[in-house]
Amino acid sequence: MTAANAPRPSGRLEPFEVFRQAKDGDAMRHGGNVLAPDAELALHYAREMFGRRGESVRLWVVRRADINVLEDLDLLQPPLDRSFKKPGGYVMRDKLAAARGRAGTTKPGARAVGHDRTGRSGEDGR
Amino acid sequence: MTDPLALDPVLPPRERSEGGARRWNEDLPHDERFEHFEAHVRAGGKIEPNDWMPDEYRTAVLRFVEMHANSELMGVLPEREWIMRAPTLRRKLALTSKVQDEVGHAQLLYRVAEDLGKPREAMFDDLLAGRTKFHNVFHYPTETWADIGVIAWLVDAAAIVAQQALRDSSYGPYARTMQKICWEESVHIMHGRDVVVTLVNGTPSQRAILQDALDRWWGPLMQMHGPRSDRAKDRDLHWRIKAKTSEELRQEFLTIYVPRILELGLTIPDPALVFDKDAGEWRYTDPDWNELRTVVTNHGPKSEERLAFRRLNREATAWVRDAILAEPRAAA
Repeated sequence: MTAANAPRPSGRLEPFEVFRQAKDGDAMRHGGNVLAPDAELALHYAREMFGRRGESVRLWVVRRADINVLEDLDLLQPPLDRSFKKPGGYVMRDKLAAARGRAGTTKPGARAVGHDRTGRSGEDGR
Repeated sequence: MTDPLALDPVLPPRERSEGGARRWNEDLPHDERFEHFEAHVRAGGKIEPNDWMPDEYRTAVLRFVEMHANSELMGVLPEREWIMRAPTLRRKLALTSKVQDEVGHAQLLYRVAEDLGKPREAMFDDLLAGRTKFHNVFHYPTETWADIGVIAWLVDAAAIVAQQALRDSSYGPYARTMQKICWEESVHIMHGRDVVVTLVNGTPSQRAILQDALDRWWGPLMQMHGPRSDRAKDRDLHWRIKAKTSEELRQEFLTIYVPRILELGLTIPDPALVFDKDAGEWRYTDPDWNELRTVVTNHGPKSEERLAFRRLNREATAWVRDAILAEPRAAA
């Protein structure tokens, strides 16, 4: 919601944000930006800046003014307890020990590693 | 004239970045294009929406993703029935959040499918008319709160075994979407296991409804990945849309979850279930494949009721879609 109002640089030049795919199948990641008078020249600049060493297999070049931004932390990081949506919200060690005590069983071996913490928090793999 | 290649030596193709040269996108005869495409996919290469792709590949990915999307959408209905009956506020929040997540997965997956050329409205038409399918496990009733624990823990676990393998899918947008979906599913599994372990530590009647739920769900769980198939004939494997056969997925599920179920003192309702150390795999009573066929063709105990609910829901929300898609009114 802010980018569209950002002041434009002098002349006809304007910023284009560059996203690049490092290798086949990867997510597109923000690389940086270039200043250009139009999309065609922005592509050429992007190629020079982000594709000169074979470090990209695909580039997306987007006018910064066309990007809609949301950064309202009341919406994105509300101060509410959402632990039930996260792995840390479920601590089962004591409960499992109690269940084993009742049933007279032992803890499963390493073969039974489950899926409690699989997947990634987003496309960037963090 | 000087040969330009002499001035700027060209690397052999193998030293170029994987996928950097999408040779099948060039102006080639169809058969040659097909061969290049196939070689790329068979070698582990990825495909993006704007790439040229053979109709067979497009249709196969679309069918696979559409079925997955349908299952996410229909899969929330059994759980939704228990939101108002959840035993504590925290469980109600967690279950609501899970239902919200699964509908979100349907949204992500319908987007992937739409990009392959089938409009969302057409996918809903086909789902509601019974022309496309959704997973067997979502055609059954949820009798007690224990069913919610068993579904969130074991049905989601059986699903995630398959979904993890899809993170290597040859279709790039699907593979990347599965990263996010697996992350959210892993929390659902913890939520479900927490519900189950809490019931185990509860009263005798709580343990009884849990054992009853496991008894009812075990059959559908064992059917969920489908009958054994011939790896050589499976086109989805050939195109690397998926990476594992149904039997590989079932074995993986059993290896991880049988010990965890037994750990809790529960009984698995299959006396033939045993790990064969010599063969390195599980033996079990053959699942009822007739039941699977009956259920996924919408003849399951709850198939018609759930589709009817979706139809009702679609009619009730039509005005929202109409409002969003309406032509903007001319300025006064």
